[in-house]
Amino acid sequence: MSLALRLPTPARLGYSFNWVGRIGLAVILFWAVIAIIGPWIAPYPPGDMVDFDYFGPMSSEFWMGSDYLGRDILSRIIMGTRYTVGIALAAVMLACAGGVLLGMIAAVVGGWFDTLLSRFLDAFNGIPHLLFGLVVVAAVGSSIPILIVTLAAMYLPGSYRFARALAVNVNTMDFVTVARARGEGFGHIILREIFPNILGPVLADLGLRFVFIVLVLSGLSFLGLGVQPPNADWGALVRENIEGLSLGAPAVIFPSIAIASLTISVNMFIDNLPTRIRDRSE
Amino acid sequence: MDQPLVSVRDLKIGARTDSGREVEIIKGVSFDIAPGEIVALIGESGSGKTTIALSLMGHARPGCAIQGGSIRVGRRDVTAMPERQRAAMRGTEVSYVPQSAAAAFNPAKRIMDQVVEITAIHQLMPREQAEAKARQLFRALALPDPDTIGSRYPHQVSGGQLQRLSAAMALIGDPALVIFDEPTTALDVTTQIEVLRAFKSVMDKGAMAGVYVSHDLAVVAQIADRIIVLKNGVVQEEGPTEQILHAPKHPYTRQLLDAFEPVPHVPAARPDAAEPILAVQDLCAGYGVIRDGVPAAKILQDVSFRLERGRNLGVIGESGSGKSTLARAIAGILPAYRGNLLLDGKELAPALQQRSKDELRRVQIVFQLADTALNPAQSIETILARPLTFYHGMTGAARNARVIELLDMVRLPGHLRHRLPSELSGGQKQRVNLARALAAEPELILCDEITSALDTVVAAAILDLLKELQRELNLSYMFISHDLSTVEAICDEVLVMLKGRVVEALPAARMSTEAAHPYSRLLIGSIPQLDTGWLKGLEQDPALMAQFAGR
Repeated sequence: MSLALRLPTPARLGYSFNWVGRIGLAVILFWAVIAIIGPWIAPYPPGDMVDFDYFGPMSSEFWMGSDYLGRDILSRIIMGTRYTVGIALAAVMLACAGGVLLGMIAAVVGGWFDTLLSRFLDAFNGIPHLLFGLVVVAAVGSSIPILIVTLAAMYLPGSYRFARALAVNVNTMDFVTVARARGEGFGHIILREIFPNILGPVLADLGLRFVFIVLVLSGLSFLGLGVQPPNADWGALVRENIEGLSLGAPAVIFPSIAIASLTISVNMFIDNLPTRIRDRSE
Repeated sequence: MDQPLVSVRDLKIGARTDSGREVEIIKGVSFDIAPGEIVALIGESGSGKTTIALSLMGHARPGCAIQGGSIRVGRRDVTAMPERQRAAMRGTEVSYVPQSAAAAFNPAKRIMDQVVEITAIHQLMPREQAEAKARQLFRALALPDPDTIGSRYPHQVSGGQLQRLSAAMALIGDPALVIFDEPTTALDVTTQIEVLRAFKSVMDKGAMAGVYVSHDLAVVAQIADRIIVLKNGVVQEEGPTEQILHAPKHPYTRQLLDAFEPVPHVPAARPDAAEPILAVQDLCAGYGVIRDGVPAAKILQDVSFRLERGRNLGVIGESGSGKSTLARAIAGILPAYRGNLLLDGKELAPALQQRSKDELRRVQIVFQLADTALNPAQSIETILARPLTFYHGMTGAARNARVIELLDMVRLPGHLRHRLPSELSGGQKQRVNLARALAAEPELILCDEITSALDTVVAAAILDLLKELQRELNLSYMFISHDLSTVEAICDEVLVMLKGRVVEALPAARMSTEAAHPYSRLLIGSIPQLDTGWLKGLEQDPALMAQFAGR
């Protein structure tokens, strides 16, 4: 049969997606590669003052100019990729995994557990994000694991709310009742019956949350609570070079472009995921 | 009649699917309607009956477009008119009574405001006069309190009343043609009679022509002068009601009529086993907060019955009678708070968490809507394989072979197992739904309205399948339905339920003759018959109607 000869490419499995999505994915992969190979391709050490001028222009020597201390911006962006992409990705994964899991559990268990958890997380959500970050970092100091956990904690309640609302609807469907009547355990109902049916919206939510986390991380760095000098994430690069804006220095433009390109392409990718994943319930 | 009111010639309506494919829905349909005549459009879902009816108003649903042919209503050519003129025509010359009156009324506005809306839009008459006319229509439609019902909100009247009010809304502009789009399909049988009577009397009085869209031949037989049988957008047969019912020419019409005639169920030989497969004693169940062991809303009250092995039990009753709750209580989804369940003589715990895996396996439940009963994210194979793994610990090749075998049992080709539920038709989905229950190798299957959402011919095929499976696998069914002919076709005994209680248990074959309880008689008497004079000749005790109508 000819079927056996066909390679299982994404297109043949029904997982093809359009050009906008592919461009988004390409940009994300580009930044992921940069994050990994950063130390080997950075032209200068990120903390060294290599230019005699500050806020230097773009030149063959310094492709993206230099910052307020005369450090090479290209090298600093390359090294900052690790922090921005890494921290944001880890935090968003943690927030969404936790939120979705708790949301599904609350939807299925219901009753006082649901009420208690929902009210607790609502109350938690009431604390302003930056204020919360400020308190935590002031209390335990800034380190990368602390940053990841703090950012995840900030965005978990929203993700929980979202997943719970979706799961409550799926939970009342007959196929869940059938599974329950079959005697299926809690894990099966949550992971096999409910989760695949809320996956599409949850992924879209993940994309949005990723962007927010990149921005809040930048905000924390702006306040000096994020990644500590001499290293810097992209948000911190914008902050420390903000005075250069009036001088028309590229030092502030390029980190901004980096943030924009990542956040926009994440959303382009998520919004154009293959229909098989995005709209499974249809 | 020299000049027909409506003439449709070679009508073609097409649609574009999401994947950009052009589909022809109506393939060259032609018919006439004389003034004052009621023509029924009969057909299964997807036959294009509603599409044709809507096209008479010059309307095509989103994605559809009239692609050819002509529609003339009165002296106007609907197909050639600009949208503006069509809008002016709607409500005054052609009006529409939708299937779901509940969805057609705005819940935030009083009924009167909505009924007279057409007169305001088209500036037909002053408000005072319009309201007087509406009250007159309410009276003609036999609505209670015709003078004050208009000041109520839609949720304050019953479903049957709302359907009649939506007819009043359609009739207020004195249209020449009224389109009824399955107006009684969502109603209970006893309510359906009131609504049909009201429609018939106003249509008889006025000189209006009507188009009645329905899938139910018996209902159409009561109201239509002529019947047009449709299938896949093509007219199969057209003729006067009497001729269609008694001397159908086309094989498809005959098939539709045959599906109506219940094949009397031949009960299996009385088994020797002394223990019934299911015995229910004084079962009580309900919803809501439980206080002192009794829930706030009691649904089932003291239900008792026995179901012998290899036999079938029918449960009939109107919506809200507790039929589905009974199935849920037996399955343990809604634990009963009082009473006993005996499966094969052994006590069954009320809640499913307390039941053993084997007890759960022996009783399976199949739901009405296969759309929501199958997980849309799982392939048919995954859906069927799960109970095999769960109950029988099957894996790998043995499980795959069994999945194909199960599909074969429900007469589906094995290659369907790679599809998702959304890629199957309604009848196929219901077969998969059934196959999943069979995968457990149950002894008792609780069927909750499993044929109600299906077309007549498809439903008849499912019933045949159920009978065949019963012979092969020695199953017992508890068959819940509001459709008595379905129950008659498959059950040995019938329970009549009213407000959560069993009012009577009857042998299915002699339901109509042996019913003693007044409610059973009312319910059985309300089933439309394939006889044009049935509604006229129907005598119903008004006191009896009133007694049971207070729901």
